[in-house]
Amino acid sequence: MRRWFLPLLRRDLLLAWQGGGLWLPLIFLLLVASLYPFAVGPDARLLAASGGGMLWIAALLAALLPVERLITPDRDSGLFDQLLLRGVSDEMIALAKLAAHWLSFGPPLMLAVLPASALLKLDADTILRLELGLAIGTPALAALGVLVAALTAGLRSAGALAGLLALPLAIPVLIFGAGSLHPGSGAAIKFLAAITLLLVAITPIAAGAALRSGRE
Amino acid sequence: MVFAGLSLTLDAGQSLLARGPNGAGKSSLLRMLAGLIPCHHGRIERQGAMVLADENLALDGNSRLKDALAFWAHMDGAHAGALEEAMDHFALLRLADLPVRMLSTGQRKRAILARLLVSPAPIWLLDEPGNGLDAASLEALGTAMARHVGKGGAIIAASHFDLPHHFDQILDLRESSAA
Repeated sequence: MRRWFLPLLRRDLLLAWQGGGLWLPLIFLLLVASLYPFAVGPDARLLAASGGGMLWIAALLAALLPVERLITPDRDSGLFDQLLLRGVSDEMIALAKLAAHWLSFGPPLMLAVLPASALLKLDADTILRLELGLAIGTPALAALGVLVAALTAGLRSAGALAGLLALPLAIPVLIFGAGSLHPGSGAAIKFLAAITLLLVAITPIAAGAALRSGRE
Repeated sequence: MVFAGLSLTLDAGQSLLARGPNGAGKSSLLRMLAGLIPCHHGRIERQGAMVLADENLALDGNSRLKDALAFWAHMDGAHAGALEEAMDHFALLRLADLPVRMLSTGQRKRAILARLLVSPAPIWLLDEPGNGLDAASLEALGTAMARHVGKGGAIIAASHFDLPHHFDQILDLRESSAA
């Protein structure tokens, strides 16, 4: 496994780096955070109260940004075929994609949240809870991205379809993610963790099945 | 259904050529043998690892050719020097530093064949290996195939024209195909 998993991960991260994939979520989040006060007005109390939830929406959308680049190019270039011939299963390919996707958007996003929080006048406690929630919730968002990317790989206008598919699955993440921002919301964090576990466990299997049936 | 009633056996050191017009199911046969698409009825027994060279490049367009090939060579656990040898065999050393997306059709095909050559897998699956190759490259392909069979490897090739290699078995998909 070491022979192919790490090289594949390294390659995916390198491609994300070269293609601007690492900067995209960062810039996207900062863009949304700097536009938000213009839309709702500069009331510091209102911004502080609603900013955290808004950043969760931005995080969710940032996870879906690269969906069209996640699976389709490698499927079409024959990369997956070559991996399969070397004994790698579809499920493990999906798992590697999941790990690479999270690494290329999770940590940069958590970094971008710091300046974005300053723009929205969030207090220190909220920032801490937001970062904790994102640390637990972004793997779920990454899993969701890989899952819908595998399901829509090879379809026309896959990006739009992927967004529609992800929406119902993303709502629980958003509810408990934004819910964890209030003081004393330990239960929301635990539910968020449960959803993350579920999505991370299901995604390799479901995405693997999607890749396999896509070959026939 | 692409075909039915097909039976073939290949021993080590033997080669087989699947012939037939476009759409006869040559590629499907190879992909089925490779395990990429399921075989709904019947049985496929494989003894040994397989390596496939089809029309898909599976190399990153922005990487330099030698880096892109090294990715697979490393994954195949090829010994040091095998990659350079393979690239030299298909006259790719001159292009080693070029990004993959700059390669021409024939050069791409040679890169695919170089990746095949690096792999230590004993069974070669070749899908239209001669497409886009010039005369010199075709000859290089012929010597590579002869050497591989000489070392006890097996080759299953699919082509719509004759390849520079003496195949032990010829499978004509026009006659055996059902649909």
